[in-house]
Amino acid sequence: MTDMLSLIGGVCVVAGTALSLIGAAGLLRFPDVYTRIHAASITDTGGASLVLLGLCLIAGLSLTALKLAFVWFSIMLTTPVAANALANAAFGSGHRPRIGAFQIMRTDERRKTSRGTEAP
Amino acid sequence: MIALPSSLNANLVIGIALLVMLLVVAGAIVRTRSLLAAIILFSIYSLVSAVWLVVMDAADVAFTEAVIGAGVSTIVLLGAILLTRGEVEKPGWRALVAPALVCAGVGGLLIYAAAGLPALGDPASPANAHVGRAYLEAAPKEIGAPNIVTAVLASYRGFDTLGETAVIFAAGIGVALMLGFGPHASPLPPAATIGDHHVVLRVSAKFLIPLIALFALYVQFHGDLGAGGGFQAGVIMAAAIILHALVFGLRDTMMAVPPRLVRSIAALGVLLYAGVGVACMLNGGAFLDYDYLFPPAFEKQVPGWLLGDPEHAHHWGQHFGILLIELGVLLTVAATMLTIFYGFAGRTVEAIRQERGA
Amino acid sequence: MSFILLHFNYVAVAILMMAGLFVVVSSSNLIKRMIGLAIFQTSTGLLYISLGKVSSGTAAITVDAASPEKQALANHLDPAYVAQYGVAGVVYSNPLPHVLILTAIVVGVATLAVGLAIAVRVREAFGSVEADEIEVLSRLESAQAGSQA
Repeated sequence: MTDMLSLIGGVCVVAGTALSLIGAAGLLRFPDVYTRIHAASITDTGGASLVLLGLCLIAGLSLTALKLAFVWFSIMLTTPVAANALANAAFGSGHRPRIGAFQIMRTDERRKTSRGTEAP
Repeated sequence: MIALPSSLNANLVIGIALLVMLLVVAGAIVRTRSLLAAIILFSIYSLVSAVWLVVMDAADVAFTEAVIGAGVSTIVLLGAILLTRGEVEKPGWRALVAPALVCAGVGGLLIYAAAGLPALGDPASPANAHVGRAYLEAAPKEIGAPNIVTAVLASYRGFDTLGETAVIFAAGIGVALMLGFGPHASPLPPAATIGDHHVVLRVSAKFLIPLIALFALYVQFHGDLGAGGGFQAGVIMAAAIILHALVFGLRDTMMAVPPRLVRSIAALGVLLYAGVGVACMLNGGAFLDYDYLFPPAFEKQVPGWLLGDPEHAHHWGQHFGILLIELGVLLTVAATMLTIFYGFAGRTVEAIRQERGA
Repeated sequence: MSFILLHFNYVAVAILMMAGLFVVVSSSNLIKRMIGLAIFQTSTGLLYISLGKVSSGTAAITVDAASPEKQALANHLDPAYVAQYGVAGVVYSNPLPHVLILTAIVVGVATLAVGLAIAVRVREAFGSVEADEIEVLSRLESAQAGSQA
């Protein structure tokens, strides 16, 4: 039983790390600030949650599991807010989305700055 | 000598990977021309080194590094570039040749000398075999605190820690003398804006600040059982108040925690620390010898079950001595960090006001 | 190979230290210099901590004699190794460097703040935080004072 739980926990940890890697790749590859924040948030929420869940399963029913639950709770409390504040600040300082329904940048401007996040 | 259990284990690999990350981040700091980028990279550098410290079993240090490096020093550096307008430097490559040669030479000598140092994790090295081991063997019997780092910090090397606390206090006073204790007049009310962009931040900060303060107290009073102590707790407490200032504005924070109060608390912490030492002297012991914190007649009255350890009744003095001086450290560190923050933030407010007036 | 891996921490610390020194020496911006100084200082801390690491050790928080944690710690180790280097059956890392560096980090941020405060005052006095510009300005100022006298 314990071995089974440890195994499931290990799979969760590996899945969480994989999600974090995907998030990191997205952070590097996505074109503008907002999509990059989206990618980074996957690392914060999905990746960290899965890793913590896996560690909880490995630790079993103990004080350690409770502490991990507190860690998860505080991550859930802070990282979405941080992502929101980051997007807010990016919007406030004039970064415009480059893709999607809300794209504001005109095509001639896009041609001028073909790469990077420096929006006019 | 017993061979190392295995030279290539998971810890070693993780440690080397983290060190390589540190090198990459440090290289990026050297290369970047933007001060803002350098500061954010330095914050990342601190976080990565905190993770490396955990791998090296230095839980207390990692805790401190994460709170200080990624939290307080980033805020102080950001305040400084706000006040110095964050000019971007423009060095010519000719000016870099001499420093690069000097650094390469010194670095080469250091690496050459490193071959003579004990291998990583050598249990028989002079540092680990003598002094460190002596502390590990003596502390559980003499101090009774499970966290040896706290026992050494607060009891064996208590005099040293008093000096460090005084240095922190002096640094806080130095910053305050140069930048002021905060804005002279009350800061301007925030400019009226259409719609509230920061409503998410405000609501969650209202929830987070008491949680952070509570965590600081946990770190403080759990410090002799697990990782933690006055230094970490003080910085976390200051971070809670700085978060309040960042989200709700300096004006509200200075009304809740006035600079005058912060100043007195910083002095009170050092006074409490030194006062514990003097109290030990008055009871016949040496300075900061907590075994003499309570008069022997008083100590006999304390029932042994109160500490759960009837054999070591004198741990009572050590226990409360560490608790009190850690409280002194907490007060001084938290108040000093706040004084520094008020100094930088106050200057910013003054600079903005001058700009608007001019 | 094993020798290099077990001494890699010193090499990394030396390079980090030199990176910090290089920023301090080569940069003319005072704020950037303070960042370099902070890197230099952190690398010193890393050197101390890596000297205190004991292989297969654990953080220096004493574990209760009969606890399951202690059993788990001892299960993975060679009994002779534990008997020689452990204290009461558990191998701990050296706590002394931790103590020294813990306080040094907090003192470090306080002194960093002092340095930055000086930079802020320099900027207020000279209008710049570039060391070479400040030098020119202060030379001009003293020349003016000389001609007035």
